Amino acid sequence: MAKKPLTVALAGNPNSGKSTIFSNLTGTRQKIGNWPGVTVEKKEGQVTVNGYRLTVVDLPGTYSLTAYSIEEIVARNFILDDKPDVVVAIIDASNLERNLYLATQLRELDTKVIFVLNMADVARQRGVKIDGKKLSELLDVPVVFTVGNANEGTRDLLNEIIAVAESSIELPRTRRVYYGKDIEKAISELSAMITETVGERLSYNTRWVAIKLLEDDRIVKGRVVRLDGTHGPAIVEEADRSRARLRELYDDEPEIVMTDQRYGFIEGIVKEVVRTDSIDRVDISRRIDQVLTNRVLGLPVFVFFIWAMFQLTFTLGAYPMDWLDTGVGWLGHQTAQLLPDGAFEALIVDGVIAGVGSVVVFFPNILILFFCIAIFEDTGYMARAAFLMDKVMHLIGLHGKSFIPMLMGFGCNVPAIMATRTLESERDRILTILINPLMSCSARLPVYILLAGTFFGLRAGNAIFSIYALGIVLAIVMGRLFRSTVLKGEVAPFVMELPPYRMPMLKGLLIHMWDRSKIFLKKMGGVILVGSIVVWCLSAFPAEVQFSQDYATQRRAVSTRYDTLISGAQGAGRQVLVEERDAALGELNAQQARERVEKSYLGRLGKFLAPVFAPLGMDWRSSVAVLSGLVAKEIVVSTLGVLHAAAGDGGEESEALRRALKQSGMTACSAYAMMAFVLIYIPCLATVAAIRRETNSWRWTLFSMGYSVTLAWLVAFVIYQGGKLLGLA
Amino acid sequence: MRLSELREGQTATVVRVGGGGPFRRRLLEMGFLRGTEVCVEKYAPLKDPMELILKGYHVSLRVEEAANVDVEGVRDGER
Repeated sequence: MAKKPLTVALAGNPNSGKSTIFSNLTGTRQKIGNWPGVTVEKKEGQVTVNGYRLTVVDLPGTYSLTAYSIEEIVARNFILDDKPDVVVAIIDASNLERNLYLATQLRELDTKVIFVLNMADVARQRGVKIDGKKLSELLDVPVVFTVGNANEGTRDLLNEIIAVAESSIELPRTRRVYYGKDIEKAISELSAMITETVGERLSYNTRWVAIKLLEDDRIVKGRVVRLDGTHGPAIVEEADRSRARLRELYDDEPEIVMTDQRYGFIEGIVKEVVRTDSIDRVDISRRIDQVLTNRVLGLPVFVFFIWAMFQLTFTLGAYPMDWLDTGVGWLGHQTAQLLPDGAFEALIVDGVIAGVGSVVVFFPNILILFFCIAIFEDTGYMARAAFLMDKVMHLIGLHGKSFIPMLMGFGCNVPAIMATRTLESERDRILTILINPLMSCSARLPVYILLAGTFFGLRAGNAIFSIYALGIVLAIVMGRLFRSTVLKGEVAPFVMELPPYRMPMLKGLLIHMWDRSKIFLKKMGGVILVGSIVVWCLSAFPAEVQFSQDYATQRRAVSTRYDTLISGAQGAGRQVLVEERDAALGELNAQQARERVEKSYLGRLGKFLAPVFAPLGMDWRSSVAVLSGLVAKEIVVSTLGVLHAAAGDGGEESEALRRALKQSGMTACSAYAMMAFVLIYIPCLATVAAIRRETNSWRWTLFSMGYSVTLAWLVAFVIYQGGKLLGLA
Repeated sequence: MRLSELREGQTATVVRVGGGGPFRRRLLEMGFLRGTEVCVEKYAPLKDPMELILKGYHVSLRVEEAANVDVEGVRDGER
């Protein structure tokens, strides 16, 4: 039996529990993508009930339906153009008045609307009782009660959706917001004009269009003009004349007066349907905030949470990371045995498995990080973090909300850049994206550990910490610089709701964690895969290398020499000889590997670019390592390993590499310069891809790459040359 | 008097929201209407922004933004 398809749109304020209702309705079968042309997230899910196939679309959370923010425009256009069968307005029952502001606007759009009073339990706890039946009668809409966190009322809602979709509610509704005599007159005149001229071609309610025109809504204006070349402009002109008249009359902008009237209408309804007990109950949320945003304790507690998050991410994440690392090693080993020796085997084992493996091992860290962030978000602490940090972020000309993406940058810049979507202003978004890579991501840490561990001994921790601090300082400096040059303009207002604290649901946390981590895996997987193959090819070709000496002959010579000696020796002496022979052979193999890479395309490229890096105290090997680090920063370490021919087994590897680095002429000063360079230059291909996607512009992507390389070079130059002047190099 | 001049714990009634275009509209949509009671819950540790309670919910606003809101009838803590 064919299932009847229905489209359902979920609309509501941020923090109204919309996404919980969405998961309750659709389960975990969600599709996450972008709304076309903009960087606002679109969530879609499917559910089959009673022979109906429901497609549930989660509209962006908004407070209103004006044309000021992308989210509002997206939500509105979906209802107007895609004409969902039912629009579900999620209303936070404990915050009825403000939530009804959006809900009544949805009602004005002339679609089939269901009001969902969510979190009625919280409202009751606060002594607020809502008469759902009365609300339904007064506004002529069906009302359903739900408790999202307990998955209550989901079934009722599904049944109501189907009932409403199949019913023939009379539209337009008779009971509507009354905007006052003069505005109502202007509305009816304008809608009469619209009906007479373009009425038949207009697919939405004329009263709504008239209201929007009087509110000076630029998008509706544009649509009317485009609809009809002659009548359209005439209608807009008439609307502007009416606006001028009303402005004179009310001594204020008509849209402001209309907002006032809408709230007046809502206030009347709230008075009729809400009964408040006079008992003043303890507001737990307020109590919590007495500590968490306390003048003295607020910031230390915040710093502690962040510290705890990173501790969890790195210490707890280290265990599964080890297992994965072992697993990747095992896989490489097994594959090497399965495949016949040759270029293909090397491509799969050294290129694909090693390259992708080096990123996959970070996956547990990413999962934990996102789990922590989901806890911050779902409890409501995220808004407090923004509240606490706004002053600091405002120094850079950013919104407090930008703090979160910046913070996530310490984990991985890719999800951090994706998280900038929560910012309302596009300028804020771009600025945050531009300076985000300066937050040193976890992939850069292995590089610091290697270099600082080698050259700074016991002070390695301080050296690494100072690199992180350098990134933050540079972010502030660059942020201010961009704000006053390429991204001039008003700072977005900080009108942010501080929602009540809520107990997070494990299911919700897991879904949030997985949604983001999945994108990380997908993106990193794809880009890293390609990048690893490219770097491997550059380092493996040309396949035929003219070696400076005949390694095979030398190996044979060594073997023969020692074999005679060994066969003549006995006991402990024999053992020593065997070890000596193996060491000599290993040295020869390493020399050959080094020469191989030196003469590969990658090596030639590094040597070609070496003069550029020389003033930074970096030799050709470091140049090659930095180049290969474009794919992913961890690769810098493995490339250095290959180039310094420190290939050994397991734990000895890093020891050997450290020794080789010290012998190569690198000093503490040049190592620090290189650390700074690694901090600042283009983070990795995946981040570049994320920047391209989120800014939706190649111009900004190229700008980001260009400025970071330039800045990296300058800073490293100053460090190295400055150090030399001070006699540190 | 301006909303930004209120101390912690003080309550006042909104008279008028100034400032320009989208900002003013947004504030009104969030419920900063003439006659609405606004209580200053607290200032952030770094003195900016401030946390307000109106219409039964909490919202934060920068001090410079709150300077656009004219209030009257300032009184000390009710809650």
